[in-house]
Amino acid sequence: MSVIYMLLAISILVALIFFIAFIISVRSGQYDDSYTPSVRMLFEDELLEKEPDAQNFNQLDKPK
Amino acid sequence: MTDTSCFHCGLPCEAEEIRFDEKSFCCNGCKTVYAIFRDNDLSYYYELEGAPGKTPEPLHGKFDFLDDPLIAERLLEFQDGSHSVITFNIPHIHCSSCIWILENLSRLNSGVYSSQVDFPRKEARIHFNPDHISLKELVGLLNAIGYEPSITLEQYEGESEKVDRKLIYQLGIAGFAFGNIMFLSFPEYFESGEFWLEKYKGLFHWIMFAFSLPVVFYSGSGYLTSAYKSLRSGMLNIDVPIALGILVLFIRSTVEISFDLGQGFFDSLSGLVFFLLLGKFFQQRTYSFLSFERDYRSYFPIAVTRLKADASEENIPVHQVETGDRLLIKSGSLIPADSILLKGEGKLDYSFVTGEARAVSKQSGDRLYAGGKQLKGAIEIEVLKPVSQSYLTELWSDAAFSKNHRTAFRNLTDRIGKRFTVAVLSIAFLAAAIWLFIDPSRALNVLTAVLIIACPCAIALAAPFTLGNLLRIFGKKGFYVKDTESLERMALVDTVIFDKTGTLTTTRKNSIDYTGIELTEAEAILLKNTLRASGHPLSQTLYQQLASYNIVPLDGFEEHLGEGLEGRLADEHIRVGSSQFVTGMPSLETGGSEVHVSSNDTYKGRFVIRNSYRKGAGKLFEDLSKVYALAVLSGDNESEKAYLEDLLPPLTPMYFNQKPKEKLQFVRELQQDGKEVLMVGDGLNDAGALAQSKVGIAISEDANLFTPACDGILDSRQFAKLNVFLETTKKAMKIIYMSFGFSLMYNVVGLYFAVTGQLEPVIAAILMPLSSISIVGFTTLATNWISRKIL
Repeated sequence: MSVIYMLLAISILVALIFFIAFIISVRSGQYDDSYTPSVRMLFEDELLEKEPDAQNFNQLDKPK
Repeated sequence: MTDTSCFHCGLPCEAEEIRFDEKSFCCNGCKTVYAIFRDNDLSYYYELEGAPGKTPEPLHGKFDFLDDPLIAERLLEFQDGSHSVITFNIPHIHCSSCIWILENLSRLNSGVYSSQVDFPRKEARIHFNPDHISLKELVGLLNAIGYEPSITLEQYEGESEKVDRKLIYQLGIAGFAFGNIMFLSFPEYFESGEFWLEKYKGLFHWIMFAFSLPVVFYSGSGYLTSAYKSLRSGMLNIDVPIALGILVLFIRSTVEISFDLGQGFFDSLSGLVFFLLLGKFFQQRTYSFLSFERDYRSYFPIAVTRLKADASEENIPVHQVETGDRLLIKSGSLIPADSILLKGEGKLDYSFVTGEARAVSKQSGDRLYAGGKQLKGAIEIEVLKPVSQSYLTELWSDAAFSKNHRTAFRNLTDRIGKRFTVAVLSIAFLAAAIWLFIDPSRALNVLTAVLIIACPCAIALAAPFTLGNLLRIFGKKGFYVKDTESLERMALVDTVIFDKTGTLTTTRKNSIDYTGIELTEAEAILLKNTLRASGHPLSQTLYQQLASYNIVPLDGFEEHLGEGLEGRLADEHIRVGSSQFVTGMPSLETGGSEVHVSSNDTYKGRFVIRNSYRKGAGKLFEDLSKVYALAVLSGDNESEKAYLEDLLPPLTPMYFNQKPKEKLQFVRELQQDGKEVLMVGDGLNDAGALAQSKVGIAISEDANLFTPACDGILDSRQFAKLNVFLETTKKAMKIIYMSFGFSLMYNVVGLYFAVTGQLEPVIAAILMPLSSISIVGFTTLATNWISRKIL
């Protein structure tokens, strides 16, 4: 079999994988709200930094 | 007065400043919310955005109906044992802090599993455990932190809307196929005749064919069906030549590769569909957080409390209310149907209906109209008419609200489309006929080539991109238009009609004039503190005016509902209220609302409170009157006629005492005289006129709340620029015409190749995307240029 068939098959396969990924992402609603995730993305980092601190303070505060 | 603003809601701490935790708060409500957040380690809320909050409003059992399992079930999206899902519309969602706090609801109550905010739609979807927190408690929790959801009858009756993602799929598929087909067709453009290519040409062709199938029959299906429908109804729209182009491209390409005549036009075909869908996509994106279709159901409560014969209470859905029912209307609730007041003091805010924020007092035995909101205390009423037949709601049975009364409008592109189709078909057949004499074998080639190259892709893109872009620019400036078609209609308008109350006047600011003997400081202090105890809107307005005086506790206070107030401090005694109450004589007409004052039984004077007119109203009328016929329609009496005549250009027609139906009729009569009417209004009483007119624009102080069905919502701060917006739509239409000129130029070049029988696939592949892209570029730049004036 000529190598061209294999190359074609691979290139189309790769394209199809991306295409299916696209369909799945649309289906799961990722394109319904394109704004909120951009904001939400920024929360997590700051929360992780802050949370341990806040909890420690709480434990210190409670006995008083 | 202090200059500090509330740490929670950002409003100035006018009356009383509460210090808590080294921060200032304007009221106890705000302080409480802060305390809740602080105690739950959620003070990050205040770090994201400054003063993001809202003062929670007392509920007064407003959401009691949520305890009814039947009602709750209809609102829930999903319910299974210990897991329920509900989506709330929360108007206050406005910043990243809101998203953050709502998505961390689970930290405030362990009954909440998770929550997700859809910011553009201002919605929060909450998963919760109904065993731990009932729906009513959940709403209570949201309210307690200042995020009261709006639960309306519309939501209750309406089917849950399905998200339509078809266009995204179609666009994705077309783009996917377009990219792949381009790769596959490229080699042949540059390396024709090479041995290696010749060998595999067939394979490449058939793969391209396979890719083009979903493009034509799925992505392009909208154009094919639309063209079919328009042919059947005998009205040629722009989709006819497009569908013709798509089909001819597909069939000719298939024939070419089947008989090995050439490589076909698969790349042009998929590119064409891709660009067309892109235009559609661009045009379709609108303001998902705004509703342009609201009717009275958006304001009416879902359920009301009915009093049974044995005086026990039950919650029933509002559409089950029947004539003769006795209802209990709680403070802050809406009167759902025309009725008679039986018990209690009615203090009704009809701002939903008229846009007029002043409360009306009603006594037992008075007739109440649907749509009024009871402000203070509970009342008992007897229903006279069912909900759908009340004075206000009856309006919606008018033909103006039937859905298809505007479908008759044909947009510019479709109007051009008709002539275009005729022209293209005649050129195609003429050219083919000529070639029949010269070289019959090429006649069919020429016929199809003309249909391909003349496919009006660029024409079809001109309007969506121009108007779509304008829609976005307008949105940024505070004018939210429903769709691009509304912009087109706006450009055709020749008559502009304004509502008065709430449209020309603002409900936020009042101008207060005092006439009479000047009050001494002691009297002013007493007056302020007397007013402070009253919830009447006029008292509140006046109270804010006197903010600079001290707050002292009164020795005596009495409120005579619907008449006035009495206050006593040491040996000072003051009476505030209606003329009848203070002087014992009926009031003389002055226009606006009056508050009379007497101190120790000597008459001092009166405050006249007027709605102040929006800034720039006079200038706006002057500018508009150069181009448009104008009129003012008011539901109010003529008391402000003289003042209006002063403000507006001379001879502006004004009509007073207009009922909602009469407003609608007024617009209809103008239309029968051939006028294209634009109506500017605000309340539900304008809803009929807004729906009947060519374009209905609602003025709103806050775009999230309170707009009747309309074609556009104008932020009240932009009111004075209405004429600039209208002017810009006219310019946009010129841009579309210019784009048509542009695309015709491309067509002429393409047609030269087509009629001379030399249309190679590569020419089509270059010409078609080039024309589309240059149109998109031109319209985008041009719309930005024409809208630079709107600041």
